[in-house]
Amino acid sequence: MSGRVLTGYRRENGAVGIRNHTVILPVDDLSNAAAEAVAALVPGTLALPHAYGRLQFGADLELTFRTLAGSAANPNVASAVVIGIEPNWTERLVAGIAKTGKPVAGFAIERHGDLRTIERAARVAAQFRQDDSERTRQEVERSEIVLSIKCGESDTTSGLGSCPTTAQAVDQWVEAGGTVLFGETSELTGGEHLIAQRCANEAVRQKFQGLYDRYMAMIARAGVDLLGSQPTQGNIRGGLSTIEEKAMGNIAKTGTKPVVGALEAAEPPGSGPGLYFMDTSSAAAECITLMAAAGAVLHLFPTGQGNVIGHPVEPVIKLTANPLTAQTMAEHIDLDCAGLLTRQYDLTAAGGRLMEICDRVINGRLTCAEAIGHREFVLTRLYPSA
Amino acid sequence: MAQPPGAPGFLAHRDGDLVGVAVRDLDPGPVDGGYLSGPASISVRLTEAVPLGHKLALADIAAGQQIIEYGQPVGIATRDIGRGNHVHVHNVRSARL
Repeated sequence: MSGRVLTGYRRENGAVGIRNHTVILPVDDLSNAAAEAVAALVPGTLALPHAYGRLQFGADLELTFRTLAGSAANPNVASAVVIGIEPNWTERLVAGIAKTGKPVAGFAIERHGDLRTIERAARVAAQFRQDDSERTRQEVERSEIVLSIKCGESDTTSGLGSCPTTAQAVDQWVEAGGTVLFGETSELTGGEHLIAQRCANEAVRQKFQGLYDRYMAMIARAGVDLLGSQPTQGNIRGGLSTIEEKAMGNIAKTGTKPVVGALEAAEPPGSGPGLYFMDTSSAAAECITLMAAAGAVLHLFPTGQGNVIGHPVEPVIKLTANPLTAQTMAEHIDLDCAGLLTRQYDLTAAGGRLMEICDRVINGRLTCAEAIGHREFVLTRLYPSA
Repeated sequence: MAQPPGAPGFLAHRDGDLVGVAVRDLDPGPVDGGYLSGPASISVRLTEAVPLGHKLALADIAAGQQIIEYGQPVGIATRDIGRGNHVHVHNVRSARL
C-alpha cells in the first residue's frame, strides 16, 4: 500500500511486536520495590509498578490478572520476570504469561526477603536481557500489527482534525487486513446506536449493546445521569450543543469499517482481523493499559487541548489539529495536523502523514512519550478490595 | 493566531451537512468556508458573530428539522434557523432527552 517495509519482532506464538522489552512485573503493590530494584540493577529492563493486587476477588481479581498477564504477554515484550509477595499468585501469573511461549520466571518474596529476591531475580533478568538483545527485527505485514485508538483532552479541533485523521489510518489498517481496537464505552453515549448499526452481525451487536448497557447501569448505580450532565458547561462554551454532537467527535476517529467484535476489558481480539470495540473506561491510562493487555502494540491518540499520555509497553503516537497545543506542547506531539483547519492540505494528505509516522514508529523511531519517559501503567478496578 | 491568506473561516465535515464549525472567531458579514474532504468551498453571510468552535447554519433549517453534521443527525432545531445564523443550545436540542 505505502510501499514501505515494516519490521518487527515475531514472537514464539507468531504474534508481532514493534518493541523488544524485558519486563519486570510485580504481582502486587508490595513487590514494586523489588521489581524496581531489579530494573535498576539490570539496565535496559522495564519495571511495571502498579498500585494493586492484594485482597481482590471475583471479576475484579480476574480483570487484574488478565491485565497483568496480558501486559507481559504483549508481543512488544520479549521476556518477563515476575515478582510477588507469595508463590501462589506469582505462579498463576507466570503460567498465564508462559502460554505465549516466551521466557518467563517467577520469584516470591516470602521466606527470602526483598534483598535475596532481588539478587535471584536480577540474575535471571540479566540473562533474559542478553538473550533478548539477540532477537532481531524481521519484515512483517501491517496485518500482523494490532493498533489501538483513544482520544483525550478533546476540543472542537479533535472532531474537525485529529479524529478524522486517525480515522484515515484506521480504515487503511483494516483494508490492509489489520486489527484495530477502540473503546471508551461511556463516551460513546449519544452515538452508541451508530456503533450498534456498524456491528457486523446480530451476535456482535447484542454483545456490544450488553457491554454498553452494563457500563451505563454501573454509572447509574453511582447516582449519576451522564445523559443529563452532557455536554458539560465547558463543552457548551466551546460550541458543542448536544450529546449526539459530542459523541460524533469521538466516533469520528473509528473510521467507516464494520465492528467485527465486542470485547471485555483486556480480552484479546479472537475472531479474525478488523475493527473491535472493547469495553473500557474513557480515562486514558486505564484504557490504553487494557488495550495493551489485549495485545495492541501501537496506539494512536488524537488530542485537542493536549494530553501527555504514554505507556511503558505500547508506544503512543499523539496528534493534534490545535495549533496552540502543537506549538506550546511540541515535545508531546508526534503529528501536528493543524494545517487541516487552514486548508493547507486535505484529510487524505493528513492521513498519509500519520501513516508515515506510524510506519517509522513501527520500525523503531521513539514516540514523543517514549523519548521523554511517559510510562502510565494503570489498572482498572471494578470495585474495592475485600 | 495568524491565518494564512485564503484560509477558511469555517469548515463543514461532509457535503450535505447543514452546519459548519468556525475555525476562528467570526464577525457578522460574508465569510468563506470549506469542507474537510473534497474541493468544495462555500460562502455564507453571517447574521451574527460566531465564536471559534461554534456552529453556523449553511442552509435554512425549519423548527423540528434534524441538524445534520458529520453526515449524521446531531440534534433537532427548536425554532426556525436561517442560513448564516449561529447554531447552538438556544436553537438546538438533543433528540435523546
